[in-house]
Amino acid sequence: MTCVNNKQRSILTLLFLTFLCTCVSAQNPTPAADQDRPVVFRKATIHVGDGTVLEEMDILFDEGKIVTIEKDLPAPANADIMDATGKHIYPGMIALNTQLGLTEIGAVRSTNDQRETGRINPNARALIAFNTDSQVIPTVRSRGVLLAQITPVGGMVSGRSSMVQLDGWNFEDAVVGEDDGVHINWPRRNSWSWQTRTISENKEYPKQVAGLENFMKEAAAYCGAGRTGERLLKLEAMCEAIAGSKNVYLHMHGPREMMHAVQLVKKMGGKPVIVGGHESHLIADFLKREKVPVILMSTQSLPDSQDEGVDGPYAKPALLAEAGVEFAISHGGYWEQRNLPFVAGQAVGFGLDYEQAIKAVTLTPARIAGIDKMYGSLEEGKSATLIVTAGDVLDMRTNNIELAFIDGRKIDLDNKQAELSRKFMEKYRRGK
Amino acid sequence: MRRFQQWALLAIMLALCTSALTAQQTYPYNGVYDQRSGHFAFTGATVHVGPDRMVDNATLIIRKGKVVEVTAAGSVPAGAVEVKMDGKHIYPSFVEAYGSYGMPEAKRGGGGWGDPPQTDSKTPGAFSWNQAMRSETEAAAMFKADAKAAKSLRDAGFGTVSTHHQDGISRGSAAVVSLADGKENDLILKRRSAHHLSFSKGSSRQNYPSSRMGTMALLRQAYHDAAWYKKQNGEETNLSIEAWNDLQALPQIFDASGNWQDNLRADMIGDEFGKQYILLGGGDEYQRLQALKESGATFILPLKFPKTYDVADPFAADLINLGQLRHWERAPANMAAVAKAGIPFVITTHGHKKMSDFTAALRKAIKSGADAKVAFAALTTGPAELLGIGDMVGTLEKGKLASFFVTDKDYFTDEATVYQHWVQGKPYVLKDLDVVSLADGYELMIDGKSFKGEVSGKTGSQKMKIIAAGDTTGVEATTSTANGLMTLRFKPEDADGFYRLVGAPTTEGGYAGTGQDPTGKTINWSAKATDGDDAPEKKDKQEKKEEDDKMEFVSRLTYPNIAYGADAGAMKVGKYLIRNATVWTNESEGILENTDVLIDNGKIAAVGKGLSAGGATVIDGEGMHVTAGIIDEHSHIALSSVNEGSQVSSAEVRMNDVIDATDENIYRQLAGGVTTSQLLHGSANPIGGQSALIKLRWGKTPEEMKFAGADGFIKFALGENVKQSNWGDLYRNRYPQTRMGVEQIFESYFSRAKEYGEAMKAGKLVRRDLDLEALLEILNEERFITCHSYQQGEINMLMKVADRHGFRVNTFTHILEGYKVADQMAEHGAAGSTFSDWWAYKYEVNEAIPYNGAIMHKQGVLTGFNSDDAEMARRLNQEAGKAVLFGGVSEEDALKFVTLNPAKMLHIDDRVGSIKAGKDADVVVWNNHPLSIYARAEHTFVDGIEYFNRAKDAEMRKAVREERNALIQKSLDAKKGGAKTQRPSGKKRRTLHCNSLDHMQEKHAH
Repeated sequence: MTCVNNKQRSILTLLFLTFLCTCVSAQNPTPAADQDRPVVFRKATIHVGDGTVLEEMDILFDEGKIVTIEKDLPAPANADIMDATGKHIYPGMIALNTQLGLTEIGAVRSTNDQRETGRINPNARALIAFNTDSQVIPTVRSRGVLLAQITPVGGMVSGRSSMVQLDGWNFEDAVVGEDDGVHINWPRRNSWSWQTRTISENKEYPKQVAGLENFMKEAAAYCGAGRTGERLLKLEAMCEAIAGSKNVYLHMHGPREMMHAVQLVKKMGGKPVIVGGHESHLIADFLKREKVPVILMSTQSLPDSQDEGVDGPYAKPALLAEAGVEFAISHGGYWEQRNLPFVAGQAVGFGLDYEQAIKAVTLTPARIAGIDKMYGSLEEGKSATLIVTAGDVLDMRTNNIELAFIDGRKIDLDNKQAELSRKFMEKYRRGK
Repeated sequence: MRRFQQWALLAIMLALCTSALTAQQTYPYNGVYDQRSGHFAFTGATVHVGPDRMVDNATLIIRKGKVVEVTAAGSVPAGAVEVKMDGKHIYPSFVEAYGSYGMPEAKRGGGGWGDPPQTDSKTPGAFSWNQAMRSETEAAAMFKADAKAAKSLRDAGFGTVSTHHQDGISRGSAAVVSLADGKENDLILKRRSAHHLSFSKGSSRQNYPSSRMGTMALLRQAYHDAAWYKKQNGEETNLSIEAWNDLQALPQIFDASGNWQDNLRADMIGDEFGKQYILLGGGDEYQRLQALKESGATFILPLKFPKTYDVADPFAADLINLGQLRHWERAPANMAAVAKAGIPFVITTHGHKKMSDFTAALRKAIKSGADAKVAFAALTTGPAELLGIGDMVGTLEKGKLASFFVTDKDYFTDEATVYQHWVQGKPYVLKDLDVVSLADGYELMIDGKSFKGEVSGKTGSQKMKIIAAGDTTGVEATTSTANGLMTLRFKPEDADGFYRLVGAPTTEGGYAGTGQDPTGKTINWSAKATDGDDAPEKKDKQEKKEEDDKMEFVSRLTYPNIAYGADAGAMKVGKYLIRNATVWTNESEGILENTDVLIDNGKIAAVGKGLSAGGATVIDGEGMHVTAGIIDEHSHIALSSVNEGSQVSSAEVRMNDVIDATDENIYRQLAGGVTTSQLLHGSANPIGGQSALIKLRWGKTPEEMKFAGADGFIKFALGENVKQSNWGDLYRNRYPQTRMGVEQIFESYFSRAKEYGEAMKAGKLVRRDLDLEALLEILNEERFITCHSYQQGEINMLMKVADRHGFRVNTFTHILEGYKVADQMAEHGAAGSTFSDWWAYKYEVNEAIPYNGAIMHKQGVLTGFNSDDAEMARRLNQEAGKAVLFGGVSEEDALKFVTLNPAKMLHIDDRVGSIKAGKDADVVVWNNHPLSIYARAEHTFVDGIEYFNRAKDAEMRKAVREERNALIQKSLDAKKGGAKTQRPSGKKRRTLHCNSLDHMQEKHAH
């Protein structure tokens, strides 16, 4: 665990000013302008995102990309140079499997665009429903989450997700990985009845799985035939995933089901990714052998059963890490994503190595979603998408995000909630 | 060695015997008068007159359906028909105290999924407002003899049933009926034997009550209404209440839905109104013997045991939890445990569809340690006395009904067969007494050839295997002993056809006769009985079997009896010294480094440096932090139901009624440092229910968990939930549907409560109204409000209502817009218990901000963070940390958000909430800074008892795994041994939230 030096609070007053603005705009902050000069941070603790950490290191980025990371680097003449002694620099965190921007107010139906009707919807594309003007986004961004996988839900095949950066004018300039995969909710072998509070075998399971298998086989045949004849959007939407150029996200938990699903997808030539994976630790060897990554859903959940240990879910990331399974940590939901760093921190509290926890919310998500060429870690040539914090980002005691950059653009960290806070502090200042 | 015995042929005689029942006196008679007296003398049997008296070689005389006498080797009186019963056993018929024999099926009263809620009773007439209060129901009036059901009960030994219509909360009166056939006029032995009550609405689809605590409140109100009704003067005619009053002198039998907690709940109501209920058991009494014994109740025990789980598939086996496996192992021994504890009980067939399953269960319970004599009494004299019909049934003493059954062996300890059942002097033949019992084996001589016959199986279904001389393998013979003759048909392996033989008994205990050989030749044959060579071996087997059946448990018994339950010995107060820790006192001393905390006798004994251990268990606090236990102001764990949201006010319901001490979340939250939780009613209606306050005393009973002496609170709610905004289109009718209506509800109810209080004070005849009484307590500042709230307008509104009616709103909970009216809250004196950072899940939280806590705090509002969530409550310390992140509250004050401040809100800060000598030892030892994401509770104490210890928890996990495995292996053995199995179906708790209704599933919105 990284020790946090909290002494140096004064930083970059210049850059900080916008954050302290007391004006009330009732709008999301304007997307940041392109980087117009090189930026250097000196003597920072740099968490690379690949599981390593570099102490007292300088970093230079220009034109949106990291130029170099080295000690005492020579700064270009026109660079903004900032002393980051005692500060931490992390890659911008990546929230996988989120409905951010797809829904604004859960209970208000007109704001919900995450769930298309029907059971099989691979053709549905979350990207076009992604609302860059969602007031929730800046609240998540201000906690260091700069990229997200906008993911549809519902049905057996929910649709396709896309990777976006969280400071865009519209979905087109926000997208960094278009239609990165198809999301499949694998049928559940057991079903729980809230009325009787019993879990029992889902008798429809074989039928449901057969239906799903059949659909995938039909899609494979359709795609393999060079798409002759009538155009069928649902089958067509599966082609890239079946060919392995996009992911097949398998939302599921049960060990036997996971093994079955992974083999099925692989046989067709697809790239399976387990999402959820509550019981993935039980088949860790299999997942490692088959090189199947897991997106662990929130480990801040109750144990699955009465007999499971009290901290069962908290400890799962550590178990997967120990077994050598590639995994990302995710949190689900939309507004809740601002707690993503704390979910990763919770895993550290229960045995996961700190830098591995960072990796699970930065580089691994980027690798899974296929955007690791540019995002996910702090390396030369990669996008300058990073955060600067006064302390440990995974702990709420110290999660003070002072600066954030997406592709070198310095992001406004203000949000509606901070604004409301200022508005009503003003009320009390006036004694109203 | 057993020899076949000859019996008098009774079957024909019995079939022709006319009814021994006295014919209906008032009915005209058709034909010549032929009322015979049914005068019989049963000789030679062992007559079990009652559980305490047995007469060998007895003569039992009955006449006109009643017992005349039982004498040892008595003579047969003139005029009586002698029935020889040599070697048989005769028992008094069993009495079922909890039957539904002859009752019509309860029909669901319409309504169902997709229908709007039903607000009024659908029972026409001058009856109760509530459709489930059916005191006017009279089983005697509904009773209709049912030949098929009567037979199956008689087959299991029952001759008398106290039957009632099992529908509703008050189910009216039971009637005692006999299981003979005939006219109902003769079968009803007692018109009203008991008043039956339950926690189930049955066929009623009326929306109230919709929860367990609502049902309990309805029962309380029923007692008050009944008392008022007696005094009132023609204001109202209510046939249900009149019937209720008439039933009060009878035994009060309560079906609390089948578990020990519900039984304690029922008993609690009984205690409040001076009633000792007789409780229908849940079969899980062994899990809480002490508390159940203290209830003083007699139990009607069902003998329903879980079938063996089919755990052959390891992944399917994972569905079943340890608690289920334990119960599978121990349920058969429940009766023995109840008896041993000295709890009075009787036995019921309730829950068994097939009576043969009941008999099997009864024998299993006896094999599992229950005393046969006690079981006998629990089926005869016990229920007879309970129902006040001891003068009629239960024993075979003079003058009682001639209701008895005949078996070949001891009914309770052997696999006895019931041959006949006489009810009210009327015989029912179940099995031929004539049935021949074959010898263990025979030497056969057939047409000069010698064969050996080996007999196996039970009397009545014995089989014979025929082995040719010199051979080792034989062939099965088709045998019959009908009419006392033996018929044999078999085909030897080397023969071309069958031998077919018929023989009559010989005096030597064998048979001799004639037949045909495979060629069709007529031949002679004979069979001589032999002692089976394998007899000793058989006996060994028998003994071995009995040994196997003897119960040896591989499961542990914990409190509650699930994984991680506490051992009885673990719940003891200890003396502990936590040394050299960082102590967050929450007092003026602030945070003390390198400080010791001494816990003794349930209290914090001292806080200081270098304290002496004096025999205390020392906990090394180096690098550790010590804080007061976390107090969750808003929790719904440890509850069986949350909302009685059917009416606009449910102030009469008490969450104290529905504390669920078996909720594993209690233990999980101890692991998160929580020591006290306020268990709130939900937010489905503006005026909710009375809150419960518990300490997380894991392993104790609901009663023992209550925070004794604390002030009473009540839940109120505002906004979208009470308007049913997010409930769908069916919920458009219940008032209020707008915030405007919410205010008027409060205005109306508080005005009525005031008037009610004045009328009471003036000594008028007022019907006690538990709803208004709770509201009156608020006006009198004897009860305090915790109000679910979000938007500033409604928060403001409720404070104004309170101002107008002269009281203070104690706490606004959730209060996500508290930051907008923090100054007004501070002025009113209302506290704010909020979420650290929740928002966006519904419209009214669209302006919720994580700075809320900090702003309220800075404006002088007593501020706390609560969970409303079983998972998040385990991390409230982290939530407190967010008050530092959002709004810069000092760390010391932030910790108070989840400790001292909620203690103040709940008026218990004199007892808990800080680390101070003299306060309750509700203390947590953390391995890290308590506001950090990395902090883990290592030790959690409540009242000086260490309810959670992380190291011990690790050991327990290992023990849980091992015990599970042992039980799974035992299940597999049982399956292999032929036990009936069931497919695994797991139990999983539903986590309850603010808006959880018993009858519908919520979306996750708070």
